[in-house]
Amino acid sequence: MAISGTVQKTETVPIVSSSDVVLVRQRVRIWTTEMKFSLVEQTKIVTAASELGRNTLEHGGGGSLELALVVNGARQGLRLRFSDKGPGIVDIALAMKDGYTTGSGLGLGLGGSKRLMNEFEIDTKPGDGTTITTIRWK
Amino acid sequence: MERIPILRMGNYLLVTIQVDMHDKLALTLQDDLTNRIIEANAKGVLIDISSLEIVDSFIGRTLANIASMARVLDAETVVVGMQPAVAITLVELGMSLPGIRTALNVESGMEYLRETVEDHEESDGDFGDSTED
Ligand SMILES: Nc1ncnc2c1ncn2[C@@H]1O[C@H](COP(=O)(O)OP(=O)(O)O)[C@@H](O)[C@H]1O
Ligand SMILES: [Mg+2]
Repeated sequence: MAISGTVQKTETVPIVSSSDVVLVRQRVRIWTTEMKFSLVEQTKIVTAASELGRNTLEHGGGGSLELALVVNGARQGLRLRFSDKGPGIVDIALAMKDGYTTGSGLGLGLGGSKRLMNEFEIDTKPGDGTTITTIRWK
Repeated sequence: MERIPILRMGNYLLVTIQVDMHDKLALTLQDDLTNRIIEANAKGVLIDISSLEIVDSFIGRTLANIASMARVLDAETVVVGMQPAVAITLVELGMSLPGIRTALNVESGMEYLRETVEDHEESDGDFGDSTED
């Protein structure tokens, strides 16, 4: 797997309603503060988490976020893993395109959060759900 | 139901977003503002987002919708106080907030509204429906 590192600590946040997306933002904010990311980095990570959390809810029919502190050599990073058991993504390249949406959104969530994070990986199978794993390194 | 308060000051409506809004609350604000613009015959809307720690594509779109809806109702919108980290992140996210007027703070936002609304009224003067001097 492209995204690697030793996991030191985790927390799971269920995502079943739009107030859980707020909770996702709050938990991610607390982790980024504890990990001493800069304010701009914190803002980028929380924004990406908000986009991906909303996708888990709206497109994936609900699921969860796992936060993890990962260590790779001297580097420390925050890993966010969003999982759902929804319909999956049929064409990943198309879904990643800015402006592409199958709903009523702006189609910026996937492409935008990839730009806001350092590593980004989609694991999905049509009919079998979606897991998106993303890391921002310090 | 939870709501974001809308204050009226003469022809203007003022909104200060102080909570981390969930999506439904943002949509409620959009509806409430539409109704208040009509009720108050408002000419300007000022939205203070200085307390917002992030603006994602949903909140950005809501702000853009409010501005275009207000324009249809003949009101100007200005969004004030966006934090620098939020602005930087929005650009990277790919949102340019088209059609949204921004200002650094409430004072310059109000000034912008006054100027635009006055200009607008002057050019509307031919219809003779204004008694202001
Ligand atoms: N968790 C998910 N499950 C299924 N489809 C998804 C998921 N996340 C994203 N997608 C698909 O990718 C598209 C693009 O997502 P995104 O860039 O966030 O834009 P938007 O959410 O505005 O549609 C979505 O419209 C949807 O079709
Ligand atoms: Mg999205």
